[in-house]
Amino acid sequence: MIASFAMGLFCVSAMAQVAVRGKTVYTMEGDPITDGVVVIKDGRISAVGSADAVVIPDGFRVLDAEVVTPGLIDAHATVGLTGIMNQKQDQDQFERSKPIQPELRAIDAYNAHDPLVAWVRKFGVTTVHTGHAPGELISGQTMIVKTRGNTVEQALIKQTATIAVTLAESARKSGDKSPGSRGKMMAMLRGALVEAQNYTQKRKLADDEKKPARDLKKEMLVKVLAKEVPLLITAHRANDIANALRLAREFDIRIILDGVAEGYLLVDEIKAAGVPVIVHPAMARYFGELENASFETASILRDAGITVSLQSGYESYVPKTRVVLFEAAVCAANKMGFDGALRAITIDAARLLEIDDRVGSLAVGKDGDLALYDGDPFEYTSHCVGVVIDGQFEPGEVR
Amino acid sequence: MRIQGFVVALMCFALTGSAAAQDVLTAYVGAKIIPIVGDEIDQGVLITKGGKIVEVRSTDDRGFADDTKVVDLTGKVLMPGLICTHSHVGGIGGGDGSGPLHPDVRIYDSLNVKSSGFRRAVAGGLTTLNIMPGSGHLLSGQTVYVKLRGGNTIEELFIRLADGGIAGGMKMANGTNSQRKPPFPGTRGKSAALVREMFIKAQEYRDKLERAGDDAEKKPDRNLGYEFLTEVLKGNRVVHHHTHRNDDIITVLRLAKEFGFRVVLHHISEGWQVADEIAAANVPCSILIIDSPGGKLEASKMAFETGAILEKAGVLTAFHTDDWITDSRIFLRMAAFGVRAGMSRQKALEAVTLSGAKILDLDQRIGSLEPNKDADFIVLDGDPFSVYTKVLQTYVEGKKVFDRSDPKDYLYAVGGFGAGHDQQPYMCCQRAEQ
Repeated sequence: MIASFAMGLFCVSAMAQVAVRGKTVYTMEGDPITDGVVVIKDGRISAVGSADAVVIPDGFRVLDAEVVTPGLIDAHATVGLTGIMNQKQDQDQFERSKPIQPELRAIDAYNAHDPLVAWVRKFGVTTVHTGHAPGELISGQTMIVKTRGNTVEQALIKQTATIAVTLAESARKSGDKSPGSRGKMMAMLRGALVEAQNYTQKRKLADDEKKPARDLKKEMLVKVLAKEVPLLITAHRANDIANALRLAREFDIRIILDGVAEGYLLVDEIKAAGVPVIVHPAMARYFGELENASFETASILRDAGITVSLQSGYESYVPKTRVVLFEAAVCAANKMGFDGALRAITIDAARLLEIDDRVGSLAVGKDGDLALYDGDPFEYTSHCVGVVIDGQFEPGEVR
Repeated sequence: MRIQGFVVALMCFALTGSAAAQDVLTAYVGAKIIPIVGDEIDQGVLITKGGKIVEVRSTDDRGFADDTKVVDLTGKVLMPGLICTHSHVGGIGGGDGSGPLHPDVRIYDSLNVKSSGFRRAVAGGLTTLNIMPGSGHLLSGQTVYVKLRGGNTIEELFIRLADGGIAGGMKMANGTNSQRKPPFPGTRGKSAALVREMFIKAQEYRDKLERAGDDAEKKPDRNLGYEFLTEVLKGNRVVHHHTHRNDDIITVLRLAKEFGFRVVLHHISEGWQVADEIAAANVPCSILIIDSPGGKLEASKMAFETGAILEKAGVLTAFHTDDWITDSRIFLRMAAFGVRAGMSRQKALEAVTLSGAKILDLDQRIGSLEPNKDADFIVLDGDPFSVYTKVLQTYVEGKKVFDRSDPKDYLYAVGGFGAGHDQQPYMCCQRAEQ
């Protein structure tokens, strides 16, 4: 309630009427339009079409670009939680005290003013799915925000997008701490979900005296069991991916697979499970559990009919964030093709994250989010010349 | 000693064996040639023999000698093999935790020549690397310049100097990476003081040696560290200096001036702030572009524009991968990003070829396609700066060391099951907590 009020205020105060003309406009709703126009009124798209057919109303600011795409969507990032300095005080992507903490909300940890938010925006990224990082068994919640706004509330699209689960090496503890093995990771996850089932049963008891006290951790897992919130499960090795699919089957929950460096070994299984996938950054470092990673994984999974999107991912060191545009570019050049890679970071990402009613394509009624380029967005020597978010212009790369 | 001789003999045999094919005159015809020195040639001819370039010219009526092997590269792009002035492929080795200064430690004693990193490097079109120990020490050891010939021992990859020595420089660092608990320095002032003390002792060692002349009695006891530092003081070996912050860069210049050593500034995240000072010192730079600034305090002002700013200031600048920091397979992207941020096409191309050769004192042998230079070149299927362009083949001294059409090589170029096996990541100073 408070969030939507704040957002409403923001939009009204900053409203601008703008039209964007592009020599090529990729709407993601059909063939690209040559000499296209997108009109944005009160922050939303009011018209899309060829310059011949669409009239730009008087008084609208007009922007021009060679290429116009929907604002890019980074389907999995940690930007805003993993600050640029990489010092203890600006790293809020996980909390080391306990391995299972689904109650940690991303909105409480996001710094809308971290320079890396503006950094990814200047290359065309207007929406990010960000939050607690892979690195603990259940590290916390993720959310979806626009890359502008003074506060997280102003940026927010969805407060709880997923709960981040890690079935990868980074969740493994050493010494006498748990989880220290794959078997223990699965036992702890299953145990937490069973506790949530028990909690649901007990909360249903009629007698108020016997109801268990409110428990933030279990409340979140109850939402998972009710299919209200999916688990975002980071797994790279084929056996970890198989574990994730087994967990989803046992508890009949929704999951999104994340990373999947060896996903090409389990194409049929992932497809049969109907699970969408956010593939690791193409340029992620190829060692450890990513030693068998491939530039072609995203294209292999997508060609099999699996819903695929791409990500900047989580980086613990340098670079502190990747840029999903650059990752998609490598996929485009490695069998995914221009169209496939652009879809993966626009409309397919929006559908995967269930925000396609607002973003991901250029259609009347959707948010006025666009990225403007002076050439093929994936080419290394092209530039993002600006973005529009909710009808507001933000500069791109300075040249 | 005996064993070493045996290895060298074996190596010579191996080289003789594999050199046979390269002894034939070979003409690579039809490609667009980017020679780096001289204009680009639309339909060019590159002729090689014995691992060397014989001729570079445009296609014309002149035929080829009878025994010439002709390779058709119509529609392709041919340019010099790429040179990386700062790589950690094959392992990181170098000095250990016992202290901050290790001039006696040689990186090549700790390299795994079988590392798949070498396979990925040739897949990216790299033919020459400066392999360095890390930046967690003020002086982490001696570096080695290698040719990616393939081989069973690191010796087969060495570049020999005129005197038979092994080409390489010395790795130093300042700023935060090398600050730790004692005996490591805790501040920038202490870092500089420790380095100055070391060089002063090296000067004394050098002077004693000179004064002793041929008098064995007066010579100081042989000391591996000071022996190498003497080579540095004489300018025979270059210091490759990791440095990021503007004041750290200036400190390096100050120390180089005090002791007269030759230095290359590496990384220099804030180099764009002191480009004129770098230019005035006539010191070259080896830089990289990472996808975002930060990740550590001293890299938080990294800029895509550094290459362009240094170019404008007239500074000799090369790009490097810092592999694992960036992936050798996409090294050409770095030059393209340089152009994206304002570098000229020519200087960006030089920054992954000839400028690197100059920085490594190897520009008489490599870095451009000119007669008598080594036949190190790559074949591309498009413009070097396009994301869609692939490295199709890589040649070192006339020998093909990577062929994308070979499934075994393709696996390393793209990745997939079995592509990785033996690598340990090197990301300097990443704390276990993170």
